[in-house]
Amino acid sequence: MSEVTDSKVRELVEEVYREESRRVLATLIRLLGDFDAAEEALHDAFAVAAEQWIRNGVPSNPRAWLVSTGRFKAIDGMRRRARFDASLTEHAKQLESALYPLEEPDDESIEDDRLRLIFTCCHPALAPEAQVAMTLREVCGLTTEEIARAFLAKPSTIAQRIVRAKGKIRTACIPYQVPSETDLPARLDAVLRVVYLVFNEGYSASSGGSLTRHDLSAEAIRLGRLLVELLPDPETMGLLALMLLHDSRRVARISATGELILLDDQDRSLWNRDQIIEGTILIERAFASNQVGPYTIQAAIAGVHAEAPQPAETNWAQIVALYDLLMQAGPSPVVELNRAVAVAMRDGPLAGLSLIDSILRRGELSNYHLAYAARADFYRRLGRTTEAKASYEQALGLTQQEPERRFLKRRLAELHDYG
Amino acid sequence: MKYLLLVHHDEDAFGKMSETTRKEMLHESVQLTHQLHAKRQYLSASPLQPASTAVLVQVREGKPMVTDGPFVETREQLAGYFLIDAKDLDEATSIAVRVPGARIGTVEVRPLIEISGLPTHECL
Repeated sequence: MSEVTDSKVRELVEEVYREESRRVLATLIRLLGDFDAAEEALHDAFAVAAEQWIRNGVPSNPRAWLVSTGRFKAIDGMRRRARFDASLTEHAKQLESALYPLEEPDDESIEDDRLRLIFTCCHPALAPEAQVAMTLREVCGLTTEEIARAFLAKPSTIAQRIVRAKGKIRTACIPYQVPSETDLPARLDAVLRVVYLVFNEGYSASSGGSLTRHDLSAEAIRLGRLLVELLPDPETMGLLALMLLHDSRRVARISATGELILLDDQDRSLWNRDQIIEGTILIERAFASNQVGPYTIQAAIAGVHAEAPQPAETNWAQIVALYDLLMQAGPSPVVELNRAVAVAMRDGPLAGLSLIDSILRRGELSNYHLAYAARADFYRRLGRTTEAKASYEQALGLTQQEPERRFLKRRLAELHDYG
Repeated sequence: MKYLLLVHHDEDAFGKMSETTRKEMLHESVQLTHQLHAKRQYLSASPLQPASTAVLVQVREGKPMVTDGPFVETREQLAGYFLIDAKDLDEATSIAVRVPGARIGTVEVRPLIEISGLPTHECL
């Protein structure tokens, strides 16, 4: 065969790897009952593919071919090792009898395997940071190094987290299954929490110089799309919508010099219309289900902002109403703070100020820089410069995030200029 | 797969509960063992005497030391256990949820290491 076709096949193997490797892995984990064995089998299957597909051409169903080859390789390897370790003979036999007769894995069972993998990686018996690492590694196929870079952690730390999580799945016998109907709502919440955590880590890095690490946001959106496809629950749609609408403003949110630009000051022509449309349709679908949860409501709030061509045209009354709904779904001081800001936009800064002061008086959010930043903004708009300065100073003392600090300092400097 | 469900609770708080409530909880636990037995998930279970009745045994350099403390100061003490057979962690957890002690304390779910060479007795 000519070299041209060789490189074409190689390209195709790589393409199949990108598109199918996670599906094949998910099925191999079920068939082999072990993450490490499945990863080895996956690796072996692709190694065989790279050789055989050049000689014999690409099989008609590469996915099924890879599953069969991976499983054959795993049993083969176990038989070979069994020569030195008798305990493996029994295991290999068991696997074989469980695997034969060789039935073609159908598409539906493969999609179920993907859900099994997601639910296992996000099992509540694993620590939250382990859930995140496992999901990015196993479901998204990121390397340990990539995960470490995204979370500003050492690769060895991430690797250890993953090894420990796999160890716990094995020893505690965490099942590889989609949870029962009774457990599903709580378990889905845990999955959505992991996805949103990954998104937020990418959208507003908790520390360090760069404000967005887009790779993680994109990964979270991909996960969200996958979940909507596999399990179209209203809150899954709501979360995907929320991520899409936030991400639609990504380019407009950061200046060329890396400064944070507030919603009011963003160039709205830079907002990604496709993402806004996709998000809006998802919100409508979620609301139509009559099971509206916190993600959907937050998405709807972002949607109201997205449909205003200019900040002055924002429908603040609708936003306040949505915050009221959000308070019913799950009251929290942060939601209350955001509601106060919306009320201030609807009824004027004085109304917002009294709401924020009552939250702070309760001792809640007294270490939350955004509470003071909002308060400072209300004072600024009321022309009460001294009080505004004091609140900006308090906010500044409470955040380590460089872009946020620069923004607050800029606002302070403006007050000095005009105050 | 065998799991040990360790029931921890605050002994003082438990002691302050009414006699009737405590008896009801015990009765509920006994009922649970029968439900588990019917599904071949029961191996063994028992409540424990208060932690104050315990002795601590240590052997150091061949010398046994038996003391009545000091205990590590914790809010919750080991109050009883269920040894069960479950197909996986989710099944074990769903059983732990039914342990009455989970409502007033904490149930720790621990998988057992299966080893050979132990004496067996007919339990399953």
